[in-house]
Formats: sequence, structure tokens, C-alpha cells
Amino acid sequence: MTVLPGTPARTDRGRMARAAWLIGLGIVLLILPRLIYPVLALDILAWGLFAVAFDLLFGFSGLLSFGHAAFWGTSAYVTAFLLSHGQSVPVAMLGGTGAALLIAVPIGFLSVRSVGIYFSMITLAFAQMLSFLALQWTDVTGGENGLQGFARPNFLGLDFSDSVTRYYFALAVFTVGFYVAYRTVRSPFGQVQQAVRDNEQRAQSIGYNPARFKFTAFLISAGLAGLAGSLYTFGHGVVSLEVVNWRTSGEVVMMTLLGGTTTLFGPVIGAGLVLLLRDVLTTANLPAGIVTGVVFVLVVLFFRRGVVGTLQYWLRRR
Amino acid sequence: MNTQLLLIQVFNGLVNGAFYALLSLGLAVIFGMLRIVNFMHGALYMLGAFTAFALGQAFGLGFWPSLILAPLIVGLLGMGLERGLLSRLYGLEPSYNLLLTFGLTLLTQDLVKQVMLSRFAVSSAPYTPPAALSGVVNLGFVVFPKYRLFVIALALVICLVTWFVIEKTRVGAIIRASTENPNVTRAFGIDVGKWVTGVFGVGVALAGLAGVLAAPIYSVEPYMGAELIITTFAVVVIGGMGSILGSIVTGFAVGVLAAVGSALYPPIANTLVFILMALVLLVRPSGLFGLPEGAR
Repeated sequence: MTVLPGTPARTDRGRMARAAWLIGLGIVLLILPRLIYPVLALDILAWGLFAVAFDLLFGFSGLLSFGHAAFWGTSAYVTAFLLSHGQSVPVAMLGGTGAALLIAVPIGFLSVRSVGIYFSMITLAFAQMLSFLALQWTDVTGGENGLQGFARPNFLGLDFSDSVTRYYFALAVFTVGFYVAYRTVRSPFGQVQQAVRDNEQRAQSIGYNPARFKFTAFLISAGLAGLAGSLYTFGHGVVSLEVVNWRTSGEVVMMTLLGGTTTLFGPVIGAGLVLLLRDVLTTANLPAGIVTGVVFVLVVLFFRRGVVGTLQYWLRRR
Repeated sequence: MNTQLLLIQVFNGLVNGAFYALLSLGLAVIFGMLRIVNFMHGALYMLGAFTAFALGQAFGLGFWPSLILAPLIVGLLGMGLERGLLSRLYGLEPSYNLLLTFGLTLLTQDLVKQVMLSRFAVSSAPYTPPAALSGVVNLGFVVFPKYRLFVIALALVICLVTWFVIEKTRVGAIIRASTENPNVTRAFGIDVGKWVTGVFGVGVALAGLAGVLAAPIYSVEPYMGAELIITTFAVVVIGGMGSILGSIVTGFAVGVLAAVGSALYPPIANTLVFILMALVLLVRPSGLFGLPEGAR
């Protein structure tokens, strides 16, 4: 992935810049439900974490998964299923995340053996397999109708019927997920992961096993995507076939690109921008696909660094 | 299940297989030469069907002229896309081509939806086959719609001609040389850039042709290529990416297997191709007819 901007060096300036991003993002997320309606704010958290999970694989391992909806969707369905069978919110979320991890084992095992575009197509096909399963296994998934009207029992005195309470609970979960991603990228594991991305042969000759690092990165990414999917179900109280559709896999790619790959903050901002844009478009009754498509094309052609990547580039050049 | 039903399923499978083969053939030609994974292939297939429908509505053109004109129009559009947009991404990761064509797919689908709604006041339209091809044929052992037999036959002919041109003629030799080593080919005085555009146009025109052929069977609808392209990708992975013969054989084979499989156990219809793909990948990661990835 030679075109991707490298990870900034571990300098004091880099550390300060990261702290500034972290504080800025933190403040925005804390006051977000006062700025826009809380359900949309929670959506941004869920999609943001999803995009971070995707970027962990794409930006930091160079693997473009075109089937990440598989993990997001599986978790969304399992979470909804557990909630409708009377489980508490944390148990349902953990169950959803666990399910996403579980299916990531065979999918990851089969797909990380391929590189580049092969990897993209294989992940896409696996996701599509799950999408058909979701359509046909109506007892569990509700088929075309999806699952809705499930309970979200109160937890530790938190009243989940209140959307603002739901948002702040989701923010706590998001923070845990984001921290996992952040630690992964900044750890020795993350360094090797990027070494494998930049030059697989060299990493191998130093004695690392590229396939193992890719597989582990795949699992972490799938698990976080699962956590994000469970957040989405928790926020909406509805799950439909859309969560396993290939458009979902594509949308998370767009959010990540728009925000900026390899930045971790970028995907969250990208998710926010896309969802806000879509919200404006639906209320204005404009065809969303046309605008989303145009944005996608423009970003790929002229704006590959994304919002955060471009900002970082300017700041570093100064 | 009796033999009669099984045979009808086999023929229905061949019809689906004809579309898989035409689409994956176009993808294989484009990928083999340009290293572009054209996600837009499904949308261009839909554009082929839509163009035939629009030509009929606007100029009263029937099936036969559309069968020639629509692929031409789609092919020219494809060449414009290649020159105007895709060529800006050469030299970058092939992933960016995939992403660009994905964005174009979203754009095209909704654009056509808008046009169909505002201009023709329909969201999906039936398309009638020509009179010469309506009715059924009694093949002795099975009775089958004439039009569907025509689709199978025409797809087979087009596939074989494409295979022959690429593998056996001088034109094919130039195309293959441009793929293997563009710089040396250029040194022989061949304008690789023009050939690349031409090949992209032909590959895309194949998708447009498949679209026109599909219109009388599936009717014209903005999202008709959306699910088909994913299945086609699976076919391409099974056959081996970029392999011409692989895409033809696998296209027809997957169509028949899925049809027969779904007759035996209906829920499996849509997933069978992906199960096949997973199995093939386990044994041969580069596909049935593909070269190992390192050998490219």
C-alpha cells in the first residue's frame, strides 16, 4: 500500500498532535447528543467504531475487506436474538461480538491466504453467503421482515428507554472498543502488522510469520466490527437485512476513506460526515445513492488522504 | 424428482449460466489485461437492458436493433469511463479501481432509477422478446421456451468467439503481450493505451449484451445487476481470476449446479455458489483454471 500515508513517528510532536485529536474528538462525542438527535449520534458511534475496525485491517494491514458487513451483521442479528430472548444488554452485546469472532475464524483462515484484490473478492463472497443465510433462516433472523420490538432491559439502574442514556452507555462501549484499536496499533504487534503491510518479504525474512499477523489482525478487526454491530442493534431496536448487504460493506469503506485511512480518528469523523450528509439528504428528499456515489468517486479520485489525513499532511508540512 | 423436471432444471441452469459466463468473461478480459476489478460490471449489464428499453420507448426500436446498438452504446460509455476516470488510477493499488467502480455503481443505479421514474414513470418494466423467438420448442425429451434456447446458444457462440480471438489470433497475441509486458509491447510500436481502452470497451460491451438478453427474462429494473455481480465475482474466483476459459466453463457449470442443487434442496439455491467457492479456495487458492498468484 505505497499510496497510504505512513504512521507518524513516535515523536513528542506526534504525541501532542494525537492528544489534541483525542481531546477534540472526546469533547465532540460528549456533547454530540445535544447537537443532533441522540439516535443519530448513537449511529455515528456504531458506524464510527465499525469504520475503525475496518481501518485496523485496511489501513494497518493493507487488506481491503469488502465483506465486513458479515461481522457487523452477524453481531447485530445475534444481539437482537439474545435481547428478544430476555438476555440483558451486556450479555447480548458480548454474545453478538463473540458470534462475529467465531465466524471470523474460518473466514479469516480462508481469506488471509490471498492478497490484494483476491482478498477483497473472497471476503465479499463470504459476506454474501451470510446475507443469504440471514434471508432464509427466518426463524432466527425474521427473513425479509427482520427483528424488531425486542426489549432492552434496564441495566445497573440505567433507563434504556431514554435515548440520551442509551447514547452515553454506547459511548462507554465505543470508548472501550476504540481503546482496543488504539492499543493494537500502538503496540509491538501493530508495528509488525505495518511492517508486513509495507514489505511482506522483508518482515518474513526478519522472522515474523506474515500470515499469522494478518489472521490475528483479521480477528481483532472482526471482533470490533461485531461490537459495533451490537451497538447498532442496541441503538435502533430494529435489525433488517440491510446489515448484511454488500452496500453496508462498501459504505464502511467509504466512511474510512473519507475520514482518512491509518488515522483511527479519521474513520469516526468519516462516519459522522456520511451519516450527517445522509440525514440532510433524506429530509431534503434527494436521492441518496447519487450523492453518496459522487462523494465516493470524488474521494477515490482526488481526496485519497481523507479529511484527517489531509489535515495531518498540512500540519506536518507547516 | 423425475428426469423430466431435472432436465428442465438443467436447461434453466444453462440460461443462468449463460449470463454468469458472459459477465465473468467480460470481467476476466478486463482483469486479465488491465488489472481492474470492475465492480461496475453489474451496473453496466443493467445499463444494457435499460438502453434496450429506452431505445424501444424513445425510437420504437425492437429487440434486434437493440441487441446490436445497446452493447455498442454501453461499450462506448465504458471506453469513456476508462479514459476519463479509471486511467487516473493506474499505478495505484488495484483496490482503488474497485472502490471507484463501486461508487460509480451506486451512482448509476440511482441515476437510472430517477430516469425511469421521471421519464418513463415506471420503476421496473417488462421487455418482450421478438415474435420469431416467442413460443416453445419441443426438443423431444423436454419442452423449453424458444427465447431461452436462443440465449444459451448466442452466449455460447459469443464466449467461444471471444476465447478464440484471444487465444488463437494475432489480435489476441497483441492483447496478451500488452498484459504480460506493456513496455516491451510498446517498443514494438504498439499503442498499448489504445488497446487497453478497446479491450475495456469490449469487456463492458459483453456486459451490455448480457443485459439486453436478460431484459425479456428478468424485466428491466435499476438494481437487476446488484446481486448478479456478486455471484459473478464468486464465479470468477472459482474459475480463476483473469482466466478466459475458466470464466466460461465455470459460468455455465455454476449455473447448472445451482439449478440442480436448488431442485433437490431449495434453500441452497443462492448459497451454493459461495459454498463452492469456499471449497475451491480450500484446495486451490488461485481458482480452478487460475495460475498461482505469484506466477502473474
